[in-house]
Amino acid sequence: MSAARAYGLIIGVVALFALVPLAGPSNTLLNGMVLALLIALAGSGWNLLGGYGGLFSFGHAAFFGTGAYASAILQSRYGVNAWAAFAVAIAIGAVVGWVIGFLSFRSGLRGSYFALVTLAFAEVFRIIANASPFFGGAPGILLKLDIRPANFQFESRAIYYWIALALVGLTMLVMRAIERSRLGAYIVAIRENENAAKALGVNSLAVKLKAIALSAAITAAAGALYVQYFLLVNADLGFGTWISIDALLAPIIGGLGTVFGPLLGALLLHELGELTRAIAGGVPGIDTALFGALLILVIAFARDGVQGVIGRLFARMTRKTAPPAIEAVS
Amino acid sequence: MARGATPLVSVEAVTKRFGGLVAVDGVTFGLDAGGICGLIGPNGAGKTTLFSLIAGFERPTEGRIRFRGQDMSGLPPHSRALAGIARTFQIVQPFAGLTVVENIAVGAHLRHKRRADALAKAGEVAERVGLGRERDAQAAGLTVAGRKRLELARALATEPALLLLDEVLAGLNPSEIRDILPVIRSLRDGGVTILMVEHVMQAVMNLCEHVLVLAQGRLIAEGEPRQVTRDAKVIEAYLGEGAAKRLEAQHG
Repeated sequence: MSAARAYGLIIGVVALFALVPLAGPSNTLLNGMVLALLIALAGSGWNLLGGYGGLFSFGHAAFFGTGAYASAILQSRYGVNAWAAFAVAIAIGAVVGWVIGFLSFRSGLRGSYFALVTLAFAEVFRIIANASPFFGGAPGILLKLDIRPANFQFESRAIYYWIALALVGLTMLVMRAIERSRLGAYIVAIRENENAAKALGVNSLAVKLKAIALSAAITAAAGALYVQYFLLVNADLGFGTWISIDALLAPIIGGLGTVFGPLLGALLLHELGELTRAIAGGVPGIDTALFGALLILVIAFARDGVQGVIGRLFARMTRKTAPPAIEAVS
Repeated sequence: MARGATPLVSVEAVTKRFGGLVAVDGVTFGLDAGGICGLIGPNGAGKTTLFSLIAGFERPTEGRIRFRGQDMSGLPPHSRALAGIARTFQIVQPFAGLTVVENIAVGAHLRHKRRADALAKAGEVAERVGLGRERDAQAAGLTVAGRKRLELARALATEPALLLLDEVLAGLNPSEIRDILPVIRSLRDGGVTILMVEHVMQAVMNLCEHVLVLAQGRLIAEGEPRQVTRDAKVIEAYLGEGAAKRLEAQHG
């Protein structure tokens, strides 16, 4: 794929999405879209490590919550400007990712062991945040309402939507650049066969640490934006398993190890959730059950996710329409 | 080994124990730059372990491994690859989800940071080992012979000074072996020093100027291929104690 095509598609899709608020959607719809974009962002972070690197984390909540809490604490406790807090929160997320990665990868953890260790870290963080007064204890941290652009707070949901979209777009561009770089080739090589990669000169520990630090930074950005949007974080919102699950469901259902997978998956899950709640809203947990069923279907029948299915359908359609076109010419 | 000032690689009294099992037992040899050296021996002699020790996948329990005079014993595999040691695996380890050229590019990236340069180098290497036509095929779809070539190509793309080939001919039919022998010879002519573990004796006789024989972890003989295969200790290692005498008696 040429560079223009590779990046152009991302810019085109993001530009199209940027038009959504101009169509005058309801507040509920826009709110749902912001949430879906936050999941897409968190899922993009997960996708770098899990999709490209084959290292399935079950605890990306650790990074999401780190981003949310770091930003909230810096603002409420230390009076740091919200934009600066946002940037620092992302950096802290990267550091936490690196440390968890160092502890796990140095002892060669992968597969279900790595998944369990990340889950354990997220749970430990959740319990600490819930118990410690520094993290606001059980009620969590509430940010003061002070709507000013300089304070990263806006009257209109559309602005949040555009900021989330810009971050998702930027992340997709970064992912595309990584796909076309040595780092990307090494991350994928480690997923496919770590020993073979080592024999070819890949410092697998260093590569995995880069991947997890970047992955955590992206997911922390989603957490920090979340706190800016809701002005609230507590242990269950920040470090709860809900975000760990959403962050991995979106890319798996959308398309593992693909640039558009997390966005596709997040939007699909969001729409599906809305739909089931509308139809069978009375049944508690029906949407989660449906997501579970969908996950099983994707893993069993479409390992490359929705993006892969669309790609195959598209290929079949063009193949079917191709012969008549040739006949018409001859 | 006494020919050069410093050998390219020297294995000095290397022992590797796995619990109570001594896989490699006090092996010492040196390899000068240039040429193809064969490493033979019965199954379980410790050949693959010795490869793993040289490539850095295992650390020696005792002894030292030097490469260009430098002690490599404590270095991880990727540092040794950077120093110029490349290996292939007996059981081929392709990156199954990638294309042939993407597979080779992972090796090429060691000395070419830019993606375009690595891909160009990979294409070049693919041609060299006879994978030019399959360059955009999925590695998972290659034949056994294709995978062996891919294994060779990836190692080669790291631009090594020493290439360790672990049974690259195993599983190939005679015509496939005939096709790949010139490729290996051309690598030597290109200045790569090759150490190869091989069971296909015809190929060993054909390719190698020098042969090392390992049995039960010990180096029991070394020298020219013809001379080594007549060595009584070598025959006994393969065929059992007393075999050399019995053969001699039979042939008079």
